Amino acid sequence: MISAAKKIERDLGRFKRIVRGKIKKNLKKYITQGELIGKRGKDIVSIPLPQIDIPTFRYSPKKVGGVGQGEGDEGTPLGPGSLEPGQEAGELPGDHILEVDVTIEELADILGEELGLPNIEPKGKKNISTTRDKYTGISRSGPESLKHFKRTYKEAIKRQLISGSYNFENPRVVPVKEDKRYRSWQVTIAPESNAVILYMMDVSGSMGDEQKDIVRTESFWIDTWLRTQYKGIETRYIIHDAAAREVDRDTFFSTRESGGTKISSAYELCDKIIDEEYPPQDWNIYPFHFSDGDNWGDDTETCIGILKDHLLEKSNLFCYGQVEGLYGSGSFKEDLKRYIDLNHVENLATSEIRNKDEIYDSIKEFLGRGR
Amino acid sequence: MNLTPELEKLKDEIEGYVRSYGLDSFEIIFQILDFDKLNEVASYGGFPTRYPHWRHGMEYEQLQKAYAYGLQKIYELVVNTDPTYAYLLECNEIVDQKLVMAHVYGHSDFFKNNQWFSKTYRKMMDEIANHGVRIRQFIERYGEDNVEGFIDCCLSLEHLIDYHSPFIQRTEETYEYDFEDENCLCEKKGIKKIKSKDYMDDFINPKEFIQEQKDRFKEEAKKKKKFPENPEKDILLFLIEHAPVENWKKEILSIIREESYYFAPQAQTKIMNEGWASYWHSKILTQKCLKDSELIDYADHHSGTMGVRPGGINPYKIGVELFRDIEERWNKGKFGKEYEECDNLAEKKNWDKKLGLGIEKIFEVRKIYNDIGFIDTFLTEEFCDSHKLFTYQFNERNKNYEISSRHFKEIKSKLLFSLTNMGQPLIYAEDGNYENKGELYLKHRHNGIDMKIDYAKDTVSNVQKIWRRPVHLETVLNGKETLFSFNGSEHREREIGLKTFHPFHGLPNAGGIF
Repeated sequence: MISAAKKIERDLGRFKRIVRGKIKKNLKKYITQGELIGKRGKDIVSIPLPQIDIPTFRYSPKKVGGVGQGEGDEGTPLGPGSLEPGQEAGELPGDHILEVDVTIEELADILGEELGLPNIEPKGKKNISTTRDKYTGISRSGPESLKHFKRTYKEAIKRQLISGSYNFENPRVVPVKEDKRYRSWQVTIAPESNAVILYMMDVSGSMGDEQKDIVRTESFWIDTWLRTQYKGIETRYIIHDAAAREVDRDTFFSTRESGGTKISSAYELCDKIIDEEYPPQDWNIYPFHFSDGDNWGDDTETCIGILKDHLLEKSNLFCYGQVEGLYGSGSFKEDLKRYIDLNHVENLATSEIRNKDEIYDSIKEFLGRGR
Repeated sequence: MNLTPELEKLKDEIEGYVRSYGLDSFEIIFQILDFDKLNEVASYGGFPTRYPHWRHGMEYEQLQKAYAYGLQKIYELVVNTDPTYAYLLECNEIVDQKLVMAHVYGHSDFFKNNQWFSKTYRKMMDEIANHGVRIRQFIERYGEDNVEGFIDCCLSLEHLIDYHSPFIQRTEETYEYDFEDENCLCEKKGIKKIKSKDYMDDFINPKEFIQEQKDRFKEEAKKKKKFPENPEKDILLFLIEHAPVENWKKEILSIIREESYYFAPQAQTKIMNEGWASYWHSKILTQKCLKDSELIDYADHHSGTMGVRPGGINPYKIGVELFRDIEERWNKGKFGKEYEECDNLAEKKNWDKKLGLGIEKIFEVRKIYNDIGFIDTFLTEEFCDSHKLFTYQFNERNKNYEISSRHFKEIKSKLLFSLTNMGQPLIYAEDGNYENKGELYLKHRHNGIDMKIDYAKDTVSNVQKIWRRPVHLETVLNGKETLFSFNGSEHREREIGLKTFHPFHGLPNAGGIF
């Protein structure tokens, strides 16, 4: 059996090297950003699971349809159409939204391992440590907010069956005090350091829902990852078209304006917020900006000026993500890239995110630098 | 790891129940593995010695990750061999092991008795180990990239076999020797001979002249002969026999083909096989071997396997419910002309002739049907209603998959469609000498649903890598008959008209693609 263990490692290694584009580039186009989709509380989380789909003669999934089981009238949707059915019957849309049985930290760890993200060396109060709680087990007592739903009801059913109070015709399960089970935690020690993430997004007319969805998913993972690296995380949200303003998270993802685009307005506001509230010697600062790259003619010069003189100096890392807008994308990324290459800037990262599949590559580009 | 004494005892106990119910399985060898190993063996399709390939690594990663996130775990793994190998997960509770063992006995009984498995090779452990050894030798000799690249190509074609061929006794088609009288033969074949007396024959019809005619005739016959004579569904076999590739590549093609045929019956009986195994684990556990304290955990795990999701059917659930439905119908006599023609709904509902034929019937069903026959014969309108089955379709307008119908006929035909040819398009090799240029002509027998065309083109490229000469694929795309061609460097696409296209009867526009 020992030789067998080595065997799968070899095949696994080979697969990973193909996915990372190290070998066999001809398979690149069959790599799908497969996902394990799970649910954590109310959040739907998708876990990156790259797969290589060997081409075969097969039916067009959108034409073939299938048979399902459950409630609903004709016309009731099963799930978003972006989920393409897999090869196996039963691996179809609306599939397996299961409760992910992991904590957000574990999610981040797996993401970090998956994308090969290095840990960040924080600046600031390095030698001060604080304690953090980590959920590790189940106990019979605890606060209501930590009640473990499934375990509690299972205990209740057992009790009712034993005591004969379970009614098979009309099953009603009511937990009593002895049935209740709670999550328990352990205290761990982590260095104290704080970080602020400043999200900026272009909300001009050319940014559609799909683009915002990409930004939403990407920001979920950025938050998740940076949360494991710092004790305290603050997030701020700035939207802009030709002018910029600060908004809350919900507004950030739901606003759509029709004006033109002046990126420098957002950079100025970002700089102002940093100056007023986040002194760089105490804070780790992460501005992220997303747009479709269309900017007013001479504004790009201004932007680079602000980056050079203010933001890059104050930030651990400044990231710019360019999504493909409804009318294609502009040249802002190219312009930044030119500036980076010319001046060998190390803490300015850019990436292009044309579709959902490219989110993970983009996160890797941004956070893979360990800054 | 072998069974612990406790599990060994459990195995004997369950085996006793199995026999008392009349199940007839192979001998079963249980092995206990931790989840790493179990996932590894599962990634190799149950065969730890299978040939190396990244696809196994990919499956392994998927299983490992799903396990790590708590989304899924494999409880059991069973292999169709005699004796039957089955793997148990080390960290399972005893109640889980009971469930799994009983389930495995159900599968093994199915493997042994269902006719669709009757032609599978039961010593596959050794065979697959041999395949692994051969492919490792090839890797040493021809390089990893070469061998793996060729396997990629073959895997793209792995479903192009003829699932029914193990059951078809074909008559010998070619007749090598002809012992008929030469004169008679000449007339029959239309060779011109001038009438002459016997002793003059050699002068009037010189041997050389006759020979020349014969040769020309043979040549023409060869040209005219269709190749393959009938459209060939086993395209892998066709390639092995006719593609101009090195022997090691032919051997790899044969390995992939053999494994495809071996695994095919499992895909063809997925609903029945899982249904049968679930029927028996449920019966054995609830009637015989559950302890009271285990009931809740059993119910929890059993209902986990039976769970349904909107986006598809769960073969375990549909399978077990159909077997139970058949059992009930044959116990009560709810079948046959009298029952079918009864139009009193209340009477139908309470129908009970007390025939008690249920158990006998389900044993018969497990012997002779595969999923297609199972659904075709036993799926009823009442069943579809009570299990809330529906068909769904992609709606182009709002980009959603939505419920399209709850009508019995449509559900049944959709379900049968998804099972026919294991849910894959029917592709035949029509001509291996297309246009008399040695090109390969494939035809998709279109049945209303188009293919995913980018993948089809890439698959054609993979066939071309093996065939070397240009390869064509005839299909229907958006209502138009279209010919896709690949010559090794360039894809072409051309409409070929709305009428059925016969490549051999020379439509004027059929040629000259390259």
